[in-house]
Amino acid sequence: MKLDFSGLESSAPLYGGNNELLSDGFSAAPSFDLPVTSDFDDFQKNSIQMVKPAKGTTTLAFIFKDGVMVAADSRASMGGYISSQSVKKIIEINPYMLGTMAGGAADCQFWHRNLGIKCRLHELANKRRISVTGASKLLANILYSYRGMGLSVGTMIAGWDEKGPGLYYVDSEGGRLKGTKFSVGSGSPYAYGVLDSGYKYDMTIDEAAELARRAIYHATFRDGASGGVASVYHVGPTGWTKLSGDDVGELHYSYYPVEPAVVEQEMTEAVAV
Amino acid sequence: MTKEHANWSPYDNNGGTCVAIAGADYCVIAADTRMSTGYSILTRDYSKICKLADKSFMASSGFQADVKALQKVLSSRHLIYQHQHNKQMSCPAMAQLLSNTLYYKRFFPYYAFNVLGGLDSEGKGCVFTYDAVGSYERVGYSAQGSGATLITPFLDNQLKSPSPLLLPAKDAVTPLSEAEAVDLVKTCFSSATERDIYTGDSVEIIILNANGVRRETEQLRRD
Repeated sequence: MKLDFSGLESSAPLYGGNNELLSDGFSAAPSFDLPVTSDFDDFQKNSIQMVKPAKGTTTLAFIFKDGVMVAADSRASMGGYISSQSVKKIIEINPYMLGTMAGGAADCQFWHRNLGIKCRLHELANKRRISVTGASKLLANILYSYRGMGLSVGTMIAGWDEKGPGLYYVDSEGGRLKGTKFSVGSGSPYAYGVLDSGYKYDMTIDEAAELARRAIYHATFRDGASGGVASVYHVGPTGWTKLSGDDVGELHYSYYPVEPAVVEQEMTEAVAV
Repeated sequence: MTKEHANWSPYDNNGGTCVAIAGADYCVIAADTRMSTGYSILTRDYSKICKLADKSFMASSGFQADVKALQKVLSSRHLIYQHQHNKQMSCPAMAQLLSNTLYYKRFFPYYAFNVLGGLDSEGKGCVFTYDAVGSYERVGYSAQGSGATLITPFLDNQLKSPSPLLLPAKDAVTPLSEAEAVDLVKTCFSSATERDIYTGDSVEIIILNANGVRRETEQLRRD
Protein backbone atom coordinates (compact mmCIF):
# COMPACT_ATOMS: atom_id res chain seq x y z
CA MET A 1 0.00 0.00 0.00
CA LYS A 2 1.56 3.24 -1.08
CA LEU A 3 1.24 6.05 1.47
CA ASP A 4 1.61 9.70 0.59
CA PHE A 5 4.70 11.12 2.26
CA SER A 6 5.00 14.22 0.10
CA GLY A 7 4.21 16.37 3.12
CA LEU A 8 7.49 15.32 4.76
CA GLU A 9 9.60 16.46 1.85
CA SER A 10 10.80 20.05 2.04
CA SER A 11 9.22 22.18 -0.71
CA ALA A 12 12.12 24.65 -1.15
CA PRO A 13 15.83 23.87 -1.19
CA LEU A 14 17.59 24.80 2.07
CA TYR A 15 20.54 26.44 0.34
CA GLY A 16 19.54 28.72 -2.49
CA GLY A 17 20.14 26.91 -5.75
CA ASN A 18 22.90 24.65 -4.41
CA ASN A 19 21.60 21.20 -5.29
CA GLU A 20 24.94 19.59 -4.47
CA LEU A 21 24.35 19.91 -0.72
CA LEU A 22 20.79 18.52 -0.88
CA SER A 23 21.86 15.33 -2.60
CA ASP A 24 24.61 14.50 -0.07
CA GLY A 25 22.10 12.49 1.99
CA PHE A 26 22.21 14.59 5.16
CA SER A 27 20.06 17.66 4.49
CA ALA A 28 17.07 15.94 2.87
CA ALA A 29 14.22 14.71 5.09
CA PRO A 30 14.66 11.06 6.15
CA SER A 31 12.55 8.49 4.36
CA PHE A 32 11.01 5.58 6.25
CA ASP A 33 11.15 2.00 5.19
CA LEU A 34 7.64 0.68 5.08
CA PRO A 35 6.65 -2.95 5.25
CA VAL A 36 4.83 -4.20 2.20
CA THR A 37 1.48 -5.23 3.72
CA SER A 38 -2.09 -5.12 2.55
CA ASP A 39 -3.36 -3.65 5.81
CA PHE A 40 -0.92 -1.22 7.33
CA ASP A 41 -3.08 -0.26 10.36
CA ASP A 42 -3.59 -3.87 11.34
CA PHE A 43 0.13 -4.49 11.01
CA GLN A 44 0.81 -1.54 13.31
CA LYS A 45 -1.64 -2.83 15.90
CA ASN A 46 -0.07 -6.28 15.83
CA SER A 47 3.47 -4.97 16.12
CA ILE A 48 2.51 -2.93 19.18
CA GLN A 49 0.96 -6.06 20.67
CA MET A 50 4.18 -7.95 19.95
CA VAL A 51 6.27 -5.53 21.95
CA LYS A 52 3.92 -5.48 24.93
CA PRO A 53 5.26 -7.20 28.08
CA ALA A 54 4.08 -10.78 27.94
CA LYS A 55 2.45 -12.71 30.73
CA GLY A 56 2.91 -10.62 33.84
CA THR A 57 4.41 -13.11 36.22
CA THR A 58 7.61 -14.86 37.23
CA THR A 59 7.85 -18.62 37.45
CA LEU A 60 10.90 -20.83 37.35
CA ALA A 61 11.94 -24.45 37.69
CA PHE A 62 15.24 -26.28 37.52
CA ILE A 63 16.60 -29.79 37.92
CA PHE A 64 19.49 -30.42 40.26
CA LYS A 65 21.08 -33.40 42.03
CA ASP A 66 18.20 -33.91 44.50
CA GLY A 67 15.21 -33.39 42.18
CA VAL A 68 13.33 -30.41 40.79
CA MET A 69 12.94 -27.02 42.43
CA VAL A 70 9.85 -25.01 41.38
CA ALA A 71 9.15 -21.42 42.40
CA ALA A 72 6.73 -18.63 41.46
CA ASP A 73 5.42 -15.24 42.54
CA SER A 74 1.70 -14.64 43.26
CA ARG A 75 0.64 -11.43 41.55
CA ALA A 76 -2.18 -11.22 39.00
CA SER A 77 -2.53 -8.01 37.02
CA MET A 78 -5.28 -6.74 34.73
CA GLY A 79 -3.50 -4.11 32.70
CA GLY A 80 -2.09 -1.80 35.34
CA TYR A 81 -4.41 -2.90 38.14
CA ILE A 82 -3.29 -5.57 40.56
CA SER A 83 -6.27 -7.89 40.73
CA SER A 84 -4.73 -10.26 43.27
CA GLN A 85 -1.57 -10.67 45.35
CA SER A 86 -2.33 -14.25 46.39
CA VAL A 87 -2.77 -16.29 43.22
CA LYS A 88 -1.63 -19.91 43.40
CA LYS A 89 0.70 -20.14 40.42
CA ILE A 90 2.10 -23.53 41.33
CA ILE A 91 -0.64 -26.02 40.63
CA GLU A 92 -0.62 -29.43 42.26
CA ILE A 93 -1.56 -31.79 39.46
CA ASN A 94 -1.08 -34.87 41.64
CA PRO A 95 1.14 -35.75 44.64
CA TYR A 96 4.25 -36.13 42.49
CA MET A 97 3.72 -33.60 39.69
CA LEU A 98 3.51 -29.82 39.68
CA GLY A 99 2.55 -27.33 36.99
CA THR A 100 3.31 -23.61 36.92
CA MET A 101 0.94 -20.90 35.76
CA ALA A 102 1.82 -18.04 33.43
CA GLY A 103 -0.47 -16.29 30.99
CA GLY A 104 -4.24 -16.50 31.33
CA ALA A 105 -5.17 -17.58 34.84
CA ALA A 106 -8.39 -19.33 33.84
CA ASP A 107 -6.68 -21.12 30.94
CA CYS A 108 -3.88 -22.42 33.18
CA GLN A 109 -6.19 -23.40 36.05
CA PHE A 110 -8.69 -25.20 33.83
CA TRP A 111 -6.21 -27.12 31.68
CA HIS A 112 -4.02 -28.13 34.61
CA ARG A 113 -7.08 -29.50 36.39
CA ASN A 114 -8.00 -31.30 33.17
CA LEU A 115 -4.45 -32.68 32.98
CA GLY A 116 -4.76 -33.96 36.56
CA ILE A 117 -7.94 -35.79 35.62
CA LYS A 118 -6.29 -37.32 32.54
CA CYS A 119 -3.26 -38.40 34.61
CA ARG A 120 -5.53 -40.13 37.13
CA LEU A 121 -7.44 -41.90 34.37
CA HIS A 122 -4.11 -43.06 32.95
CA GLU A 123 -3.17 -44.50 36.34
CA LEU A 124 -6.47 -46.34 36.59
CA ALA A 125 -6.25 -47.65 33.04
CA ASN A 126 -2.59 -48.67 33.10
CA LYS A 127 -2.06 -49.52 36.79
CA ARG A 128 0.98 -47.26 36.92
CA ARG A 129 1.73 -43.57 37.24
CA ILE A 130 2.06 -41.49 34.11
CA SER A 131 5.53 -40.19 33.24
CA VAL A 132 6.37 -36.48 33.12
CA THR A 133 7.02 -36.93 29.40
CA GLY A 134 3.56 -38.40 28.94
CA ALA A 135 1.78 -35.78 31.03
CA SER A 136 3.49 -32.87 29.28
CA LYS A 137 2.68 -34.41 25.90
CA LEU A 138 -1.01 -34.73 26.86
CA LEU A 139 -1.13 -31.04 27.75
CA ALA A 140 0.89 -29.94 24.71
CA ASN A 141 -1.41 -31.82 22.34
CA ILE A 142 -4.52 -30.20 23.83
CA LEU A 143 -2.97 -26.73 23.62
CA TYR A 144 -1.85 -27.38 20.04
CA SER A 145 -5.40 -28.27 19.05
CA TYR A 146 -6.55 -24.87 20.34
CA ARG A 147 -3.71 -23.05 18.60
CA GLY A 148 -4.69 -19.67 17.20
CA MET A 149 -7.87 -19.45 19.28
CA GLY A 150 -6.43 -17.11 21.86
CA LEU A 151 -5.48 -19.37 24.77
CA SER A 152 -2.57 -17.99 26.74
CA VAL A 153 -0.63 -20.63 28.64
CA GLY A 154 3.09 -20.71 29.47
CA THR A 155 3.61 -23.58 31.83
CA MET A 156 6.28 -25.90 33.14
CA ILE A 157 5.46 -29.48 34.11
CA ALA A 158 7.79 -30.73 36.81
CA GLY A 159 7.72 -34.19 38.35
CA TRP A 160 9.54 -37.27 39.45
CA ASP A 161 8.90 -40.53 37.59
CA GLU A 162 10.74 -43.81 36.96
CA LYS A 163 13.41 -42.02 34.94
CA GLY A 164 14.09 -39.60 37.79
CA PRO A 165 13.39 -35.86 37.84
CA GLY A 166 11.63 -34.48 34.75
CA LEU A 167 10.98 -30.92 33.57
CA TYR A 168 9.17 -29.76 30.45
CA TYR A 169 8.12 -26.32 29.19
CA VAL A 170 4.76 -26.29 27.39
CA ASP A 171 3.02 -23.27 25.86
CA SER A 172 -0.16 -22.29 24.07
CA GLU A 173 1.65 -21.87 20.74
CA GLY A 174 2.07 -25.65 20.84
CA GLY A 175 5.71 -25.65 21.93
CA ARG A 176 7.04 -28.38 24.21
CA LEU A 177 10.66 -28.41 25.35
CA LYS A 178 12.54 -30.75 27.63
CA GLY A 179 15.13 -29.01 29.74
CA THR A 180 16.94 -28.61 33.03
CA LYS A 181 16.30 -24.93 33.71
CA PHE A 182 13.39 -22.70 32.69
CA SER A 183 11.89 -19.39 33.70
CA VAL A 184 8.61 -18.10 32.25
CA GLY A 185 6.93 -14.71 32.43
CA SER A 186 7.67 -11.00 32.28
CA GLY A 187 10.08 -11.32 35.22
CA SER A 188 11.98 -14.22 33.66
CA PRO A 189 14.97 -12.21 32.38
CA TYR A 190 15.67 -11.09 35.94
CA ALA A 191 15.16 -14.56 37.34
CA TYR A 192 17.47 -16.07 34.69
CA GLY A 193 20.20 -13.64 35.70
CA VAL A 194 20.20 -14.81 39.29
CA LEU A 195 19.55 -18.44 38.40
CA ASP A 196 22.30 -18.73 35.80
CA SER A 197 24.94 -17.13 37.98
CA GLY A 198 24.20 -19.22 41.07
CA TYR A 199 23.28 -22.60 39.59
CA LYS A 200 25.31 -25.72 40.38
CA TYR A 201 24.05 -29.23 39.75
CA ASP A 202 25.46 -30.44 43.08
CA MET A 203 23.55 -28.00 45.28
CA THR A 204 21.83 -29.25 48.41
CA ILE A 205 18.07 -28.87 48.72
CA ASP A 206 18.45 -25.85 51.01
CA GLU A 207 20.90 -24.13 48.66
CA ALA A 208 18.65 -24.79 45.67
CA ALA A 209 15.61 -23.46 47.55
CA GLU A 210 17.47 -20.31 48.49
CA LEU A 211 18.60 -19.81 44.88
CA ALA A 212 15.03 -20.19 43.65
CA ARG A 213 13.72 -17.83 46.33
CA ARG A 214 16.34 -15.19 45.52
CA ALA A 215 15.64 -15.45 41.80
CA ILE A 216 11.91 -14.83 42.36
CA TYR A 217 12.65 -12.02 44.81
CA HIS A 218 14.91 -10.22 42.35
CA ALA A 219 12.36 -10.60 39.57
CA THR A 220 9.60 -9.14 41.76
CA PHE A 221 11.92 -6.31 42.73
CA ARG A 222 12.48 -5.16 39.17
CA ASP A 223 9.34 -6.31 37.35
CA GLY A 224 6.15 -4.41 38.15
CA ALA A 225 3.94 -7.24 37.01
CA SER A 226 5.43 -9.68 39.56
CA GLY A 227 5.05 -9.58 43.32
CA GLY A 228 3.17 -10.92 46.34
CA VAL A 229 4.42 -14.12 47.89
CA ALA A 230 7.39 -16.15 46.62
CA SER A 231 6.47 -19.84 46.90
CA VAL A 232 9.13 -22.54 46.61
CA TYR A 233 8.33 -26.23 46.07
CA HIS A 234 10.63 -29.23 45.85
CA VAL A 235 9.83 -32.38 43.87
CA GLY A 236 11.70 -35.43 45.12
CA PRO A 237 11.40 -39.20 44.75
CA THR A 238 8.51 -39.29 47.24
CA GLY A 239 6.58 -36.45 45.63
CA TRP A 240 6.44 -32.68 46.10
CA THR A 241 6.63 -30.63 49.29
CA LYS A 242 6.12 -26.92 49.76
CA LEU A 243 9.32 -25.58 51.26
CA SER A 244 8.48 -21.92 51.82
CA GLY A 245 6.11 -19.08 51.12
CA ASP A 246 7.55 -15.64 51.90
CA ASP A 247 6.15 -12.19 51.30
CA VAL A 248 8.64 -10.53 48.94
CA GLY A 249 8.35 -7.22 50.74
CA GLU A 250 9.62 -8.87 53.89
CA LEU A 251 12.26 -10.83 51.96
CA HIS A 252 13.67 -7.52 50.81
CA TYR A 253 14.39 -6.41 54.35
CA SER A 254 15.82 -9.77 55.32
CA TYR A 255 18.24 -9.62 52.38
CA TYR A 256 18.93 -5.89 52.66
CA PRO A 257 18.34 -4.90 56.28
CA VAL A 258 18.04 -1.21 57.02
CA GLU A 259 21.05 -0.05 59.03
CA PRO A 260 19.81 2.11 61.92
CA ALA A 261 21.03 5.59 61.03
CA VAL A 262 23.47 7.24 63.39
CA VAL A 263 21.44 9.94 65.07
CA GLU A 264 23.19 13.20 65.75
CA GLN A 265 23.54 14.12 69.37
CA GLU A 266 20.52 16.18 70.21
CA MET A 267 21.24 19.52 71.73
CA THR A 268 19.54 19.80 75.06
CA GLU A 269 18.01 23.02 76.15
CA ALA A 270 20.44 25.14 78.13
CA VAL A 271 19.18 25.19 81.64
CA ALA A 272 18.73 28.72 82.94
CA VAL A 273 20.67 29.11 86.11
CA MET B 1 -8.66 0.32 3.17
CA THR B 2 -9.84 0.14 6.79
CA LYS B 3 -11.75 -2.89 8.06
CA GLU B 4 -15.43 -2.37 8.79
CA HIS B 5 -16.03 -3.07 12.43
CA ALA B 6 -19.26 -4.63 13.77
CA ASN B 7 -21.87 -2.05 14.84
CA TRP B 8 -23.66 -4.55 17.03
CA SER B 9 -22.09 -6.06 20.14
CA PRO B 10 -23.64 -9.05 21.90
CA TYR B 11 -22.57 -7.52 25.23
CA ASP B 12 -23.66 -4.54 27.30
CA ASN B 13 -22.44 -3.43 30.70
CA ASN B 14 -25.19 -2.85 33.25
CA GLY B 15 -22.72 -1.62 35.87
CA GLY B 16 -22.98 -2.13 39.60
CA THR B 17 -20.71 -3.34 42.35
CA CYS B 18 -20.62 -6.51 44.46
CA VAL B 19 -18.74 -7.15 47.70
CA ALA B 20 -18.35 -10.18 49.94
CA ILE B 21 -16.55 -10.58 53.27
CA ALA B 22 -15.82 -13.89 55.03
CA GLY B 23 -15.85 -14.07 58.81
CA ALA B 24 -14.98 -16.75 61.34
CA ASP B 25 -18.58 -17.99 61.45
CA TYR B 26 -20.48 -15.71 59.08
CA CYS B 27 -20.39 -14.40 55.55
CA VAL B 28 -21.64 -11.07 54.23
CA ILE B 29 -22.60 -10.76 50.55
CA ALA B 30 -23.71 -7.37 49.24
CA ALA B 31 -24.52 -5.69 45.94
CA ASP B 32 -26.00 -2.37 44.94
CA THR B 33 -29.37 -2.43 43.19
CA ARG B 34 -28.81 -0.01 40.35
CA MET B 35 -29.04 -1.34 36.81
CA SER B 36 -27.83 1.00 34.09
CA THR B 37 -27.02 1.08 30.40
CA GLY B 38 -24.70 3.75 29.13
CA TYR B 39 -25.61 6.92 31.05
CA SER B 40 -29.22 5.85 31.70
CA ILE B 41 -30.62 4.08 34.73
CA LEU B 42 -32.88 1.18 33.78
CA THR B 43 -34.09 0.47 37.30
CA ARG B 44 -33.20 1.33 40.88
CA ASP B 45 -34.13 -1.94 42.57
CA TYR B 46 -32.63 -4.84 40.69
CA SER B 47 -31.18 -7.66 42.77
CA LYS B 48 -27.77 -8.92 41.68
CA ILE B 49 -27.60 -11.58 44.37
CA CYS B 50 -28.80 -15.13 43.76
CA LYS B 51 -29.19 -17.98 46.22
CA LEU B 52 -27.58 -20.99 44.62
CA ALA B 53 -27.75 -23.28 47.67
CA ASP B 54 -28.58 -23.05 51.38
CA LYS B 55 -25.03 -21.94 52.11
CA SER B 56 -23.98 -20.37 48.79
CA PHE B 57 -24.92 -16.96 47.48
CA MET B 58 -23.58 -15.47 44.29
CA ALA B 59 -23.41 -11.76 43.56
CA SER B 60 -22.59 -10.77 39.98
CA SER B 61 -22.04 -7.52 38.17
CA GLY B 62 -21.53 -6.98 34.46
CA PHE B 63 -24.02 -7.88 31.76
CA GLN B 64 -27.18 -8.87 33.61
CA ALA B 65 -28.60 -10.96 30.77
CA ASP B 66 -25.51 -13.19 30.96
CA VAL B 67 -25.76 -13.11 34.76
CA LYS B 68 -29.39 -14.29 34.61
CA ALA B 69 -28.44 -17.11 32.21
CA LEU B 70 -25.54 -18.12 34.46
CA GLN B 71 -27.77 -18.12 37.56
CA LYS B 72 -30.28 -20.36 35.77
CA VAL B 73 -27.58 -22.82 34.65
CA LEU B 74 -26.13 -23.06 38.16
CA SER B 75 -29.51 -23.42 39.86
CA SER B 76 -30.51 -26.27 37.57
CA ARG B 77 -27.14 -27.99 38.00
CA HIS B 78 -27.63 -27.71 41.76
CA LEU B 79 -31.11 -29.23 41.51
CA ILE B 80 -29.69 -32.18 39.56
CA TYR B 81 -26.96 -32.57 42.20
CA GLN B 82 -29.60 -32.64 44.94
CA HIS B 83 -31.54 -35.34 43.08
CA GLN B 84 -28.42 -37.44 42.59
CA HIS B 85 -26.77 -37.00 46.01
CA ASN B 86 -29.71 -36.26 48.29
CA LYS B 87 -27.96 -33.28 49.83
CA GLN B 88 -27.11 -29.64 49.20
CA MET B 89 -23.87 -28.72 47.43
CA SER B 90 -21.13 -27.37 49.67
CA CYS B 91 -19.81 -23.87 48.96
CA PRO B 92 -16.35 -25.02 47.73
CA ALA B 93 -18.05 -27.52 45.40
CA MET B 94 -20.32 -24.78 44.04
CA ALA B 95 -17.24 -22.62 43.58
CA GLN B 96 -15.62 -25.17 41.30
CA LEU B 97 -18.92 -25.71 39.43
CA LEU B 98 -19.10 -21.98 38.74
CA SER B 99 -15.49 -21.97 37.53
CA ASN B 100 -16.12 -24.83 35.11
CA THR B 101 -19.40 -23.30 33.89
CA LEU B 102 -17.61 -20.05 33.11
CA TYR B 103 -14.72 -21.78 31.34
CA TYR B 104 -17.00 -23.82 29.10
CA LYS B 105 -17.86 -20.54 27.42
CA ARG B 106 -14.18 -19.62 27.09
CA PHE B 107 -14.57 -18.49 23.47
CA PHE B 108 -17.83 -16.55 23.97
CA PRO B 109 -17.65 -15.67 27.66
CA TYR B 110 -20.37 -14.80 30.11
CA TYR B 111 -19.77 -11.12 30.72
CA ALA B 112 -20.23 -11.59 34.44
CA PHE B 113 -17.92 -10.63 37.28
CA ASN B 114 -18.84 -12.87 40.16
CA VAL B 115 -18.28 -13.15 43.84
CA LEU B 116 -19.46 -16.32 45.58
CA GLY B 117 -20.04 -16.20 49.33
CA GLY B 118 -21.13 -18.80 51.84
CA LEU B 119 -20.22 -21.11 54.68
CA ASP B 120 -17.96 -24.10 54.20
CA SER B 121 -18.60 -27.51 55.76
CA GLU B 122 -16.94 -26.36 59.01
CA GLY B 123 -19.25 -23.36 59.28
CA LYS B 124 -16.48 -20.86 58.50
CA GLY B 125 -17.18 -18.04 56.09
CA CYS B 126 -15.76 -18.45 52.61
CA VAL B 127 -15.60 -16.06 49.69
CA PHE B 128 -14.51 -16.99 46.17
CA THR B 129 -13.65 -14.39 43.58
CA TYR B 130 -13.75 -14.94 39.82
CA ASP B 131 -12.73 -13.38 36.54
CA ALA B 132 -14.98 -13.53 33.46
CA VAL B 133 -13.61 -16.87 32.21
CA GLY B 134 -13.54 -18.86 35.43
CA SER B 135 -10.21 -18.44 37.17
CA TYR B 136 -11.01 -18.48 40.88
CA GLU B 137 -9.45 -18.16 44.28
CA ARG B 138 -10.66 -18.48 47.86
CA VAL B 139 -10.10 -15.17 49.63
CA GLY B 140 -11.07 -13.42 52.85
CA TYR B 141 -12.91 -10.60 51.04
CA SER B 142 -13.51 -9.40 47.52
CA ALA B 143 -15.14 -6.68 45.43
CA GLN B 144 -16.15 -6.91 41.76
CA GLY B 145 -17.76 -4.55 39.30
CA SER B 146 -17.54 -0.88 38.44
CA GLY B 147 -16.77 0.23 42.00
CA ALA B 148 -14.28 -2.55 42.75
CA THR B 149 -11.19 -0.41 42.17
CA LEU B 150 -12.56 2.08 44.70
CA ILE B 151 -13.56 -0.46 47.35
CA THR B 152 -10.72 -3.01 47.20
CA PRO B 153 -7.93 -0.67 48.41
CA PHE B 154 -10.16 0.33 51.34
CA LEU B 155 -10.83 -3.32 52.25
CA ASP B 156 -7.09 -4.06 51.89
CA ASN B 157 -6.45 -1.37 54.46
CA GLN B 158 -9.14 -2.56 56.90
CA LEU B 159 -9.04 -6.30 56.43
CA LYS B 160 -5.75 -7.22 54.83
CA SER B 161 -5.08 -10.70 56.07
CA PRO B 162 -1.92 -12.75 55.63
CA SER B 163 -1.79 -14.44 52.23
CA PRO B 164 -2.85 -18.09 52.24
CA LEU B 165 0.36 -18.84 50.35
CA LEU B 166 2.58 -18.02 53.30
CA LEU B 167 4.38 -20.86 54.98
CA PRO B 168 4.07 -21.30 57.97
CA ALA B 169 0.38 -20.71 57.23
CA LYS B 170 -1.58 -17.92 58.86
CA ASP B 171 -5.37 -17.86 59.04
CA ALA B 172 -7.00 -15.73 56.34
CA VAL B 173 -10.38 -15.07 57.93
CA THR B 174 -11.11 -11.56 59.15
CA PRO B 175 -11.15 -10.95 62.92
CA LEU B 176 -14.14 -8.61 62.61
CA SER B 177 -17.45 -9.37 64.27
CA GLU B 178 -20.58 -9.78 62.15
CA ALA B 179 -22.00 -6.37 63.05
CA GLU B 180 -18.69 -4.66 62.30
CA ALA B 181 -18.47 -6.40 58.93
CA VAL B 182 -21.99 -5.30 57.94
CA ASP B 183 -21.13 -1.76 58.95
CA LEU B 184 -17.93 -1.92 56.91
CA VAL B 185 -19.87 -3.05 53.85
CA LYS B 186 -22.30 -0.14 54.22
CA THR B 187 -19.34 2.24 54.44
CA CYS B 188 -17.81 0.70 51.29
CA PHE B 189 -20.96 1.27 49.30
CA SER B 190 -21.58 4.81 50.46
CA SER B 191 -18.00 5.72 49.50
CA ALA B 192 -18.19 3.95 46.15
CA THR B 193 -21.51 5.68 45.41
CA GLU B 194 -19.82 9.05 45.82
CA ARG B 195 -17.29 8.46 43.08
CA ASP B 196 -18.75 5.82 40.75
CA ILE B 197 -21.69 6.83 38.59
CA TYR B 198 -22.83 3.24 38.11
CA THR B 199 -23.14 2.50 41.84
CA GLY B 200 -25.96 3.81 44.01
CA ASP B 201 -29.72 3.77 44.75
CA SER B 202 -29.58 1.10 47.47
CA VAL B 203 -27.49 -1.79 48.67
CA GLU B 204 -28.85 -5.26 49.37
CA ILE B 205 -26.91 -7.12 52.08
CA ILE B 206 -27.21 -10.84 52.79
CA ILE B 207 -25.78 -12.15 56.07
CA LEU B 208 -25.22 -15.89 56.33
CA ASN B 209 -24.44 -17.57 59.62
CA ALA B 210 -25.14 -20.68 61.64
CA ASN B 211 -28.66 -19.42 62.48
CA GLY B 212 -29.62 -18.96 58.84
CA VAL B 213 -29.94 -16.07 56.42
CA ARG B 214 -30.75 -12.43 57.12
CA ARG B 215 -31.39 -9.70 54.57
CA GLU B 216 -30.82 -5.97 55.04
CA THR B 217 -31.28 -2.99 52.72
CA GLU B 218 -29.65 0.38 53.05
CA GLN B 219 -30.56 3.42 50.97
CA LEU B 220 -27.77 5.08 48.99
CA ARG B 221 -27.57 8.27 46.99
CA ARG B 222 -29.84 8.14 43.98
CA ASP B 223 -28.01 10.70 41.90
